[in-house]
Amino acid sequence: MNSYRLTHLRELEAEAIYVFREVAAQFERPVILFSGGKDSIVLVHLARKSFWPAAFPFPLLHIDTGHNFEETLIFRDQLVQKLNARLIVGSVQESIDNGRVTEEQGYNASRNVLQTVTLLDTLELNKFDAAIGGGRRDEEKARAKERFFSHRDEFGQWDPKNQRPELWYLFNGKKRMGEHFRVFPISNWTEMDVWQYILQENIELPSIYFTHEREVFFRDGVWLAAAPFMKMKSSEKTELKRVRCRTVGDISCTGLTLSTADTLEDIIREIAATRITERGGRYDDKRSEAAMEDRKKEGYF
Amino acid sequence: MEEVFSSKAYLNMELLRFTTAGSVDDGKSTLIGRLLYDSKSIFEDQLDAVKRASLQKGEQHINLALFTDGLRAEREQGITIDVAYRYFATPHRKFIIADTPGHIQYTRNMVTGASTANAAIILIDARNGVTEQTFRHSYLAYLLGIRHIIICINKMDLIMFSEDKFEQIKGKYNEFARKVFPEEDLRFIPISALHGDNVVSQSKRMHWYPGGTLLHVLETLPIQNDYDLIHKRFPVQYVIRPQSSEFHDYRGYAGQVAGGIFHKGDQVTIFPSRIKSTIASIDTFTGPLEEAFPPLSVTLTLADKIDISRGDMITSSDDFPMESQDIGLMLCWMNPKPLALNRKYVLRHTTRTLYCMVQEVEYVMNINTLEKNCTQKTVIMNDIASVQIRKTKPLFFDPYQRNRITGSVILIDEATYETVAAGMIR
Repeated sequence: MNSYRLTHLRELEAEAIYVFREVAAQFERPVILFSGGKDSIVLVHLARKSFWPAAFPFPLLHIDTGHNFEETLIFRDQLVQKLNARLIVGSVQESIDNGRVTEEQGYNASRNVLQTVTLLDTLELNKFDAAIGGGRRDEEKARAKERFFSHRDEFGQWDPKNQRPELWYLFNGKKRMGEHFRVFPISNWTEMDVWQYILQENIELPSIYFTHEREVFFRDGVWLAAAPFMKMKSSEKTELKRVRCRTVGDISCTGLTLSTADTLEDIIREIAATRITERGGRYDDKRSEAAMEDRKKEGYF
Repeated sequence: MEEVFSSKAYLNMELLRFTTAGSVDDGKSTLIGRLLYDSKSIFEDQLDAVKRASLQKGEQHINLALFTDGLRAEREQGITIDVAYRYFATPHRKFIIADTPGHIQYTRNMVTGASTANAAIILIDARNGVTEQTFRHSYLAYLLGIRHIIICINKMDLIMFSEDKFEQIKGKYNEFARKVFPEEDLRFIPISALHGDNVVSQSKRMHWYPGGTLLHVLETLPIQNDYDLIHKRFPVQYVIRPQSSEFHDYRGYAGQVAGGIFHKGDQVTIFPSRIKSTIASIDTFTGPLEEAFPPLSVTLTLADKIDISRGDMITSSDDFPMESQDIGLMLCWMNPKPLALNRKYVLRHTTRTLYCMVQEVEYVMNINTLEKNCTQKTVIMNDIASVQIRKTKPLFFDPYQRNRITGSVILIDEATYETVAAGMIR
């Protein structure tokens, strides 16, 4: 390769760093949405790179459904401590207790949709004007239309048919009082890019991404983790399996992959051979063909 | 697949961004679907969803075009509303496709998609040959500074894979291209997106065509010269001041290199102050670099303590950007509200924000005939116009055709904050 060409991962990295610096320059109170999943961990890594030797000028915001994998929470707290970062937690349980949202009932009940209200409330309470997320355009068809700087109205809603044109890298972050932006620095990354970057940069991940034994049960083609709040049908029973997470969300909607992969190289080989998209195992996307689009319009991540 | 994603190969791949242009029935979505499908970038669950949708619509085959559907309204109406981005990779390159809609707000969307692309694929329906739309698409690609244009003559199956017809279309296009953009890297490929001929695999029905498949061309286009590596340009994006005891006096200028190759020790001049200094270090998180080139994001430190802020530009000391308060632009208008002369607009250029007024509309381009209309003074949505603007402060810039970063601007409506126009400096 020509010495004045970057590899594609370096080019994507340079693009993401540029986006982070634009956020810091154009907004007063930005925040990084941190779920403890690999994409948000990569975001934090890129944020560190963007402002070194200074610390990155954003707190982290975790929307906590209360239905987490414990490993993710432990990892989150260790990372926050290591970076000396500020962590804000928005609690879905509190939103339920305050009557802001109503808990879903039944076997497929999930707090995934409820998160949107907690997220918007937390953004408003803290007067955050830009929320930086790890959304990628390759994830889902509605996301393919996202801008790097995505405008949200005062109700936090996305209007996909009426987005501001985004040309070159001239991002327009102008907004009125009460409105905010969602910013997606890794818009152009694919799932494979993220994993190869994690390998290249040697980024630490929560242990649930690697193979481990877990009590699981099978529902509608997806392995789900057994947990006290997971309502099981009488026909369903738990089994002990070697599994790992391909994406990490709330337990109620995160499908687990049967896998023995215990290194990044193994995971990459496994993903290369997989013929199912990353979100194919996500229970939250299976609700309807436009499930993601609908949630995003309401203000979802 | 194993080979594609071996980490050794993957960590050494290049990125190519391209855009696709075609009229409504030229088969653009089918072509993209074919590229994704034949390069094995479609996953089983996506395939299942498309199979189900094809069946539901009563179609006999998998409708490849459905892979590129996005929003609910698009599926319902069978149209594309907005630019969508698609991704696929081969062992050589990773590709980003800016998939732009064929009809609604065509110019606005194509300009958006083309603004970051290295290459453009322009589709021609072999039955119709070169049309006004072909000229329009080619002109916009050229205007947006795309140097590699791939003309795919599609639906060859419907004209019996005729070499004569292909040569005719090629001849007619070349005649036009020689007049409008003689220096472009131009290629012609006869394809059938529906059946896959010459898209990913070589066609067995067009032995007369000696060139490579579309994918082969995309994998081998020479793109190393797409950035300006001669004229050093570094727009300051953000000033880094750690305020920590370890880096007490550190003052770094963060930004993405927009042109040229910066070296440690280079003599530089800062605009607009024109103060001179020397690059003391090129810093990154993983350690200092000896040199930095586009599009690296780095942090520069200088030998002297100078007041520099966002919007300033660091350049070499013997090769300045142009500087002027009045500039000529090719403007693409993108808002339902027409351009208002002598009204204040916010102007963004690199990392700088200032105010400007459009003083004069010189002509509006008829992008179907490529004739200049000098009597039209109103500029409405999807118009391309040549205008003169005046700014409150001087701008330091390069012509767009030399540097797409230092030569581009957007206009923002002061009242609605919408991005209303894209401008390329002449």
